[in-house]
Amino acid sequence: MRPTTGRLAVLRSPVGASSAVLLVVLVALAVFAPILWGDRAAAIDTDSLQQGPSADHLLGTDQLGRDIFYRVLVATRLTIGLALLATVIGVVTGLVLGSIPSVLPRWAARIVTSAVNIAVAFPGLLLALFFAVIFGTGTIGAVLAIAFAITPSFARLTQTLTASVSGRDFIAAARVCGVGRFRLLTRHVLPNIAEPLVINATLAAGSALTAFAGLSFLGIGVQAPSYDWGRLLGEGLNRIYITPAPALGPAVAVVLAGLAFNLFGEAAASVHRNQQRGKATAPHEPVEDRSEGGLLTVRNLHVTFPGGIRPVRGVSFTVHNGEMIGVVGESGSGKSLTALAVSRLIEHPGRVTADRLEFNGKPVQKTQDRELGTQLAMVFQDPTTSFNPTRRIGGQLAEVSEVHQGLRRRAALGKAVDRLEAVRIPEPERRAKQYPHEFSGGMRQRAMIAMGLMGEPQLVIADEPTTALDVTVQREVLKLLARIRKDRDAAVLLISHDITVVAQTCDRVLVMYAGRIVEELPTDELFTAARHPYTTALLKAVPDLDTDRDAPLAVIPGRPPEPGEIRQGCPFAPRCPLADDQCRTQEPELETFGENHRVACWKSESELAGVR
Amino acid sequence: MTTTTLQRMRGSTWLPFARRRAVRFLTSLWVLVTAAFLMIHLIPGDPVRESLGLAAPPDLVAARRAALGLDDPLLVQYWHYLSGLFRGEFGTSLVSGTPVATLIGDRLPATVQLAVLAFLVVVVVAVPVGVLMAVLTKGGRRRGGELAFTSSSVVLAAIPEFLLAVGLVSLLAVQLNLFPVAGNDAPGSWVLPVLALAIGPAAVLARIVRVELLAVLGNDFVRTARAKRLPARLVYLRHALPNAVTATLTLGGMMLAAMVAGTVLVENVFAWPGLGSTIVGSIQQKDYPAVQGIVLVYGAGVLLVNLVVDVVLGLLDPRSTIREA
Repeated sequence: MRPTTGRLAVLRSPVGASSAVLLVVLVALAVFAPILWGDRAAAIDTDSLQQGPSADHLLGTDQLGRDIFYRVLVATRLTIGLALLATVIGVVTGLVLGSIPSVLPRWAARIVTSAVNIAVAFPGLLLALFFAVIFGTGTIGAVLAIAFAITPSFARLTQTLTASVSGRDFIAAARVCGVGRFRLLTRHVLPNIAEPLVINATLAAGSALTAFAGLSFLGIGVQAPSYDWGRLLGEGLNRIYITPAPALGPAVAVVLAGLAFNLFGEAAASVHRNQQRGKATAPHEPVEDRSEGGLLTVRNLHVTFPGGIRPVRGVSFTVHNGEMIGVVGESGSGKSLTALAVSRLIEHPGRVTADRLEFNGKPVQKTQDRELGTQLAMVFQDPTTSFNPTRRIGGQLAEVSEVHQGLRRRAALGKAVDRLEAVRIPEPERRAKQYPHEFSGGMRQRAMIAMGLMGEPQLVIADEPTTALDVTVQREVLKLLARIRKDRDAAVLLISHDITVVAQTCDRVLVMYAGRIVEELPTDELFTAARHPYTTALLKAVPDLDTDRDAPLAVIPGRPPEPGEIRQGCPFAPRCPLADDQCRTQEPELETFGENHRVACWKSESELAGVR
Repeated sequence: MTTTTLQRMRGSTWLPFARRRAVRFLTSLWVLVTAAFLMIHLIPGDPVRESLGLAAPPDLVAARRAALGLDDPLLVQYWHYLSGLFRGEFGTSLVSGTPVATLIGDRLPATVQLAVLAFLVVVVVAVPVGVLMAVLTKGGRRRGGELAFTSSSVVLAAIPEFLLAVGLVSLLAVQLNLFPVAGNDAPGSWVLPVLALAIGPAAVLARIVRVELLAVLGNDFVRTARAKRLPARLVYLRHALPNAVTATLTLGGMMLAAMVAGTVLVENVFAWPGLGSTIVGSIQQKDYPAVQGIVLVYGAGVLLVNLVVDVVLGLLDPRSTIREA
């Protein structure tokens, strides 16, 4: 789906369209109402003073017997006109104040900026009252008061937007070309921030309108004999005990007009943000399977997302106690989602289905949180974002034991310190009291592993645990995982895009491509017996000591398919040197190939000499 | 990074933070005081003649000018004004002749009570509603509920508080006779002003809480919390909500400031005996010393709210003391 573009896109949303219609009606009323009904609104009728609503006078009459309904219609011109006038003055002043710092000398720019920053802290109404005192009560005073009340926030907005574009390349390019500061501002900066400015000006017009009504209502805006909605409202309020119509009529007018501006602005803003979403489907037919399981048994696992996207398509594997298994594949191959799916962490709108998905002999879906929380440890890729930044490390570890093991706060914290020590974090007691941002990356990842050790983990799922870390730190983390496995007889599922990391540490390797396992084999056979062209290509892409350094590094041509674009045939066929017509039309199943070796490839039995 | 530099960093983030905030508060306060002082001098023409009317005898005008010290050089007046403020003197009302400080002392409590009560209502209503809506509409669930919530909150937020006040009076006080129309004598008379002041901000805040919480729920550390199999209550309230607090509180502070100003209008609808009804009367009667004093109180209140918000933010979110250096 392509985002709708163009200035009229806002009219395609129901909110945008209806608020636009409302705005057109308002403008029409502002133009024509005084011409059509000006006389009727001014006609004094001493026979019907202060009457309630009737067929003759829809909203009743005021203290001079004038028809309030027509007065509301006629007042549209003054109300809208004054609101727009105040908005224009306010926006222009704000634009000048907001953009002028970029052409002023530094000290002057600082004064303007901090003046704006101070003024913006005060609510608009307070500013309006302040200026109303200076400019005097009355129409002009109120217009200026509201204009200057809008100014600071608009100046601030302009400043922020200007700052956001001035870092861009085209501004830098223009600067290098010797474009002057003023020209840079008017030709390059302002046009690029025009759209959010216009949207916010629309919103500002809405608030100017209601603020103006407020001032007139208080008696410090429009003065008699002129009248706007605020003034009519103030007059009507005095009689609200007797009849509500004279107050509610102008009130409804103000609300409708304010809404028209606000909703139009909001609709334009949401078009500007361009949100788009897909629709949901989820195909899958289960198959009976009762093969022997292990600690973690996964059979025909699927993960689907709305829009027919299937990033994981029928993955099956088994993890036995104390085993260390590697999952490799390029990004987008579905390995991380597989990890999340087996640990029950896929969230709506993602859907997980499987013929069997069992941990410790029990379906994962039915396993209690306490069991998963203590026996299944997760280590995520980015330790920087995986800790809650607002809570201390010790507390984040301790809550596992508090929630699942019934430990008191103090005992749980003690255990957390103990576990931090177990992952060789120096001064664990002091460290436990620190926040995540006070830890280094490698230390955070070790703390994350320590968090998994708060329970009695039988399985550690580590999703790219070393990717975000320095090379030197990577080895420490891998060693730590290996040690945990040895000391506690825990199984480890290590997910990595780096086949060498997996080859060094794991017993078995699962190679994933386009949401499927394409090969599974023992690590020690990886370099000698790999059968799938993708596995061999991955291995060839790793440079070693024998690599000819004058030749370009081997790469796998092409790119893996996106989960949404998988079509018929073997997904690797477009990149595979061995692909033939069968590969392009039929997807191969994962078939056992000797002991402990499974391959999904039509060519697995053929001579692979050409690839190796 | 070594532990010692870390230690130093941690100890030192608070001090510059507190200093920056204090400087900002005092600068703003000084600007406010100066603006209030200049206000009377920025008025075109002679403020005394403006307030006494064109028909006032010249000797009365001269006497009043002398009493207000308007004949002194500007800097001398500024000095008198500042030193008066330090002694708690805000000048004397031109209309009633009572000290402005007394006037403010009489009227301030009603306004503060109204604003604080309305703010509490906003927080107590909006935060749970926002959290609930975030939880219910997470991951694009319940599209209809989301639409209903968003559109009704947009509409409610777009209605200015004084119009809400008029509507509430008309419906609940005049038609249904449930609450008093005006005043603050009976406990029931608090309901409508507080509602009028609270409904709009509550709608805005609930929306912000929902959006912020949804953004936070997409973070890795929420996944970590779920991987720890914490109960949903802890995931949302202990891990997600505090991280949505920064934006919520920043906005909440701005709203409280706006509500302080909003009391002006609401007080006028309900004849609430606070500062808001006083300032409007004073503006109309051109009682400049009173206006000056009340503007100062409102402004200082807003600045104080901002300061408190910043400090609370620093306590809740340790990173905010480092950011924006």
